[in-house]
Amino acid sequence: MALGYNIDHKLYQPEGKEVRFTDEVLEKVKKIIARYPEGRQKSALLPVLHIAQEELGGHLSVDVMNYVAQLLNIQPIEVYEVATFYTQYYLEKTGKYVIEVCRTGPCAMCGGEDIADYLERKLNIKTDETTADGLFTLRRVECLGACGYAPVMQINTEFYEFLTQEKIDQTIENLRARANEEKPKDSKWVEKFF
Amino acid sequence: MGRKILLDKVHIPGISTFKVYRDNGGYTTAEKALKTMLPAEITEEVKKSGLRGRGGAGFPTGMKWSFLDTRSNNPRYLVCNADESEPGTFKDRYLIDNIPHLLIEGLIISSFALGANTTFIYVRGEFKPQIGILNRAIREAYENGFLGKNILGTTYSLDIYVQSGAGAYICGEETALLESLEGKRGNPRLKPPFPAVKGLYDCPTVVNNVETLATVVPIISMGGDEYAKIGVGRSTGTKLMSACGHIKNPGVYEIELGLSMEEFLYSNEYCGGIANDKKLKAVIPGGSSVPILPAHLVTLTAQNTSRSISYESLSDGGFQSGSMLGSGGFIVFDEDACIVRNTWNFSRFYHHESCGQCSPCREGTGWLEKVLHRIENGEGRMKDIDLLDSVAKKIEGNTICPLGDAAAWPVNSAIRHFRHEFEFHIEHPDIVKNIKHGSLEKYRTKNTKPRTKNTEITESL
Repeated sequence: MALGYNIDHKLYQPEGKEVRFTDEVLEKVKKIIARYPEGRQKSALLPVLHIAQEELGGHLSVDVMNYVAQLLNIQPIEVYEVATFYTQYYLEKTGKYVIEVCRTGPCAMCGGEDIADYLERKLNIKTDETTADGLFTLRRVECLGACGYAPVMQINTEFYEFLTQEKIDQTIENLRARANEEKPKDSKWVEKFF
Repeated sequence: MGRKILLDKVHIPGISTFKVYRDNGGYTTAEKALKTMLPAEITEEVKKSGLRGRGGAGFPTGMKWSFLDTRSNNPRYLVCNADESEPGTFKDRYLIDNIPHLLIEGLIISSFALGANTTFIYVRGEFKPQIGILNRAIREAYENGFLGKNILGTTYSLDIYVQSGAGAYICGEETALLESLEGKRGNPRLKPPFPAVKGLYDCPTVVNNVETLATVVPIISMGGDEYAKIGVGRSTGTKLMSACGHIKNPGVYEIELGLSMEEFLYSNEYCGGIANDKKLKAVIPGGSSVPILPAHLVTLTAQNTSRSISYESLSDGGFQSGSMLGSGGFIVFDEDACIVRNTWNFSRFYHHESCGQCSPCREGTGWLEKVLHRIENGEGRMKDIDLLDSVAKKIEGNTICPLGDAAAWPVNSAIRHFRHEFEFHIEHPDIVKNIKHGSLEKYRTKNTKPRTKNTEITESL
């Protein structure tokens, strides 16, 4: 039976791809699951989805979610309903770097809207779109909890504070130059839980 | 110089590591508590201290602890709420960045007092570096015998785990947080039963904010009576204020409760006055959810007495002329700020963050956003102002959790104090349509204090 879900009139279906954590990651995921009382393994869902998103393609495809459901011994629907609730889980393919600009009150009144507009012009994309080279996705998100350092954005959960156009130019340039580098191991989600 | 008891050591280099923290007297309070005190004695000290929840509601912590169902045979849990997402609030992030072991020590003492052997720290997903910092601190505490089995040779055992959220403001509400911790959508639960009776996994649970739990350390160290002498009246102790918006020195400050608003806003030790020497228009003193105070009610109450930062003084005058201390997210607006635009912005936030369970909130926040957007864009009608007021009042008090109230209050108070701005928008659509808001150049603060940053957290992509 092909499992999938429908949201905003769009149907998400499995592609039937084989997805699997590497043995090293799987071992750590199992350690996280073991932290919770017996029968409460579903508690590991949010952490495991973060890891799955990072390790298995940058977004949560239906195949990935079905795999997570199987790992946690829960129904696929229990994964879909969580993945569609929380904003940090991406349901569609994203660029290598997801730029999330804070748009809420304190940032907005200190120039946050300008920052997002500038990024749209600079990357030549609209909000929620990905650049043609697959490097950058731009999103506008709600409060990132760094209001005193406004305007702020995060790129794959690294924070950039007191933004100016020059800082953005430099950041984008740096990221383009490093685009082919592997992500350092210790900055990965799976390492953050130990 | 105000008294500091939470941030008194943050200037010490390397204080985020176990060794430096321990060398500077860290974990001696946990030692004292575990070796010489009974759990009930600790709760008693916290009660005596008059400590009130620092997450926003201001409920007495000792009383919350005493509600914990001790007759149940189920395990008990302590959950630390580090889902800091109230716009304007960034104090818990600062505390975790700079002195994570203070929180861990507070968790050890509090878990012992509550008889919890498993404790979770629920951290919002955006704080990935902070999740790493906490886990490193926890690892160090295990290595040094302050966590795990038979801590310091006593019969008490404790495990602390860090749990991540994934981007949902609602998970800061304690029952939504517990749902999320169980791996579900963050839908708040109906109360009663309260978490103290049926919380995590249906077991007795206490949920406290990061700052609250960190404050338990100085309370046990100096004694509840001594702590209660700090502050003013029923607002005992110190509070972390996170100041942002149009001020010269945005940042996190520890203040003794009772400090005058005047001093906090204008003294160079704190906010340093309005950025670019503009005039003050308004202040939201406790995070986006609390009512806005217009300039004339910021430093003075309606009775012309001096207003100070305390639970009582800030709420002086009720919602007519007062506000709330909330989470201490202090947002300042200068004379050029547009209250209508900001109110629309916050309404969009609440609409986006509403979990969708209760119709008044799910639909009402959407209507607030729509109508405010219309006014902000010069397409409003005069009757829209009363419509907004009426929609907001229909949300307030009619929802399972306080998000509905939080969405309604900013709108009600903005209309109460700044009705003329709404009317101006409606009367002058041509002017309103051509205003450029929140422009970078206009608001760039020239003399921003560098942030005290824990250099070790800078993470590479």
